[in-house]
This record gives sequence, structure tokens and C-alpha cells, in this order.
Amino acid sequence: MRIAVLSGKGGTGKTLVSVNLARLAGNSHYIDCDIEEPNGHLFFKPALTQKEEIKVKMPVVDHTKCNGCRKCIDKCRFNAMAYIYNKVLIFEEVCHSCGACSLLCPEKAISESDKVIGEIQHGTSDMVKVSSGFLNIGESSGIPVIRQLLKQKTGTNDVIIDCPPGSACSVMESIQDADFCLLVAEPSIFGAHNLNMVYELVKLFNKKHAVVLNKTMEGENPSEEFCQTHLIPILSRIPYSQEIAKQNSDAEIIIDTNPQYRELFAQLLENIKKELAI
Amino acid sequence: MKIAVPVNENHIESGICPSFGRSPYYLIYTTDTKDEQYLTNPAANSQGGAGIKAAQFLVDQKVNVVLVPRCGDNAAEVLHAAGINIFKSQGESIQENIDAFEHNKLAVLDQFHGGFHGHHG
Repeated sequence: MRIAVLSGKGGTGKTLVSVNLARLAGNSHYIDCDIEEPNGHLFFKPALTQKEEIKVKMPVVDHTKCNGCRKCIDKCRFNAMAYIYNKVLIFEEVCHSCGACSLLCPEKAISESDKVIGEIQHGTSDMVKVSSGFLNIGESSGIPVIRQLLKQKTGTNDVIIDCPPGSACSVMESIQDADFCLLVAEPSIFGAHNLNMVYELVKLFNKKHAVVLNKTMEGENPSEEFCQTHLIPILSRIPYSQEIAKQNSDAEIIIDTNPQYRELFAQLLENIKKELAI
Repeated sequence: MKIAVPVNENHIESGICPSFGRSPYYLIYTTDTKDEQYLTNPAANSQGGAGIKAAQFLVDQKVNVVLVPRCGDNAAEVLHAAGINIFKSQGESIQENIDAFEHNKLAVLDQFHGGFHGHHG
């Protein structure tokens, strides 16, 4: 089964939940799609086995062949090109590497070159296979990195996908092939608002989903109320605890040393399986 | 000289549009003839790259100067490549800004913002 862990904002505990679930599942594959700030590897400290560069295609114009017909500019649906003083200008951070310009150019003046935008690292930590995507600083879209990460053959192992925060394109890409979406939410009005964002997203994608309430404490929990109103199953409650915060900031995997949390995550995994009726 | 101003509606009483790339119209004002022309911005509803497309449109209209409250860096790159000068407009009034420009009272815009390029968080 492929479980995507997501949340409407950063810092709710996606990585805490993903890392511990993957560790608990044992023979599993942890995939860090939070390519702008991947941090799951800090917990797993995997022995690296493989690295691959992620490249995209960028158009290159041979100005001696260009006759200024502007077909490329008119057909670029992303408006990544302009034609000024008999020269084509290309805006690389707007380009989506669709290749239309080089395909359409009647003079064959546009070719494509590779541009490295990031890297994927594979490794193992105990029984967990760990794959992390790294987007280079300054790049505007990490979608190609995420796509490559999720292309890997994972066999029958459980796959835990640690998603980027929010509900934008990169998250949509990350949950596409997930069997189940686990939404991690904080006990605040802000947290409930952000939960709503990802809730709308998983509904739009018609994904089975449920919530983990993180940092729970005494008193009202707007995220819990949100779940009750919308009839979303709550599969686990992780208490607000200094101990977890400390271990987490020391990059320790909490179930490794704490039987109480091992039990909590075991129950969570069971509950997910029940939701999926496995 | 041709001056371009992003405007909310197609008349002089309308206000200057705060967005360069997604402005619904541009006023093209010709200083010699005092001719006012209102053109629909073909880039207003673009999925992305609106600033680039809008700048290209104004380059093709052969304008010399653009008066705007702010401008993205891709649009500025296109305008600058075409030798178009960008001045910072003050307040909403179209007429007052054209007058101010003609009396050399507007400053050159030299700070540009990055775009979202369709990747809103």
C-alpha cells in the first residue's frame, strides 16, 4: 500500500509521522517528496547506495537560423519566450520543458539542452529503503524531481510518501498514485484552516483519507471539530510532548526508544489498514 | 513619444491598475498628437508568464515609456531589452501621471518583484 502523508502547512509533523510509520512497517520504502527541504534522511541516516541527477530540457535558439516567424512565442502556453530586436529571449524559470517550441520551429532553429535541477539519493536504513529528492536552490518547480522519485519500482513493500507542505502542484504530484492520504493537523484555528485546504485536495482527487491529530493537549481542538463536522476518521492522536520535541530535534526516531510511541504508531498503521480494508 | 499605462477601464477617468501583467487594458498615449488609445491586454488571463506576454505586446505597439506602480522582473527584462524605460507612477490618476511624466517629475522604477509563475503555495 502507498500512504501519502500531507498537511496544509509546514511543521505539523508530516515527517515525524512518515518516518515512524516507515520504520514501524519494517520492510518499507520511505520517499521524501518534500524536495525543497527534505529532512527524513536526517532521521534515517541511510547508507547511500545511489545518486541520480534530475535534468529537464531547456530550449536553445540558434539565432542564425531563426527567421523571426514567432511561432514558438505564440504557441508557448506558459509565455516563457519573447521576441525582442530579432532575438528570442527565453525565461527558464517560466519554461515547463514541454518541447513545443523546438517541435514547431519551421526553421529547426530551436534545440533542447539538459539542465540539472536537482538530485535523488537512495539509501537504506535498517530494513527501510530511503529515497530523497533534492531540488536545487533557486529552481522554481520540483515536479520533475517528484515524478522521478515516484517512478521507482517498489514491489510489494509498503510505501510512505512524505509530501511537501500545502496543497499546490507539488503535493498533487506526490499523492497521485497514493492508495491512502493521511492528513496531519495541529490543534489551532490556523491548523484547522490548513487541514481544510488538504481535505479539499484529497476530496478533489477522490482519495481515501483520514486524519492524525498531532500536538494534542487539553482544551478545544479546532482540527478535531473540523473532522467531526466533516465526518473524517481520526486515526491517531499524538500528544503535545516536550520529550517528542526533544527527540525529534535530535533527529531520533521516537519509536526506536519509546515503547509507548511504538504502540501508538502500531495502532495507527493498523487503523490505516482497517480504513483500506486490508 | 508613446507612453503606455496599465489601466482598470478603457477611459481616462479610470485608475491605474496596480498589476502590470494582468491589467485589463493599456492606455497608449502619444505625446505629439495627444492621442489616447485603449487596448485590451491579451495577457490579462494568462495561466502564467503574463508579465512577459504583456511586455511583448507593448514592445510590438512600439511604446517608448511605461508608467507603472510596480513591475515584475521578467516583464522588466523584456521591456529593458527593447529599450523601453519604466517609470514609477504616483497615485491612481492617469492624467496626473502623464502630466507628471511630461514635466520630468516621475522617477525611474528600479526595483522589481519576483513572480509566482503559477506555483502559488
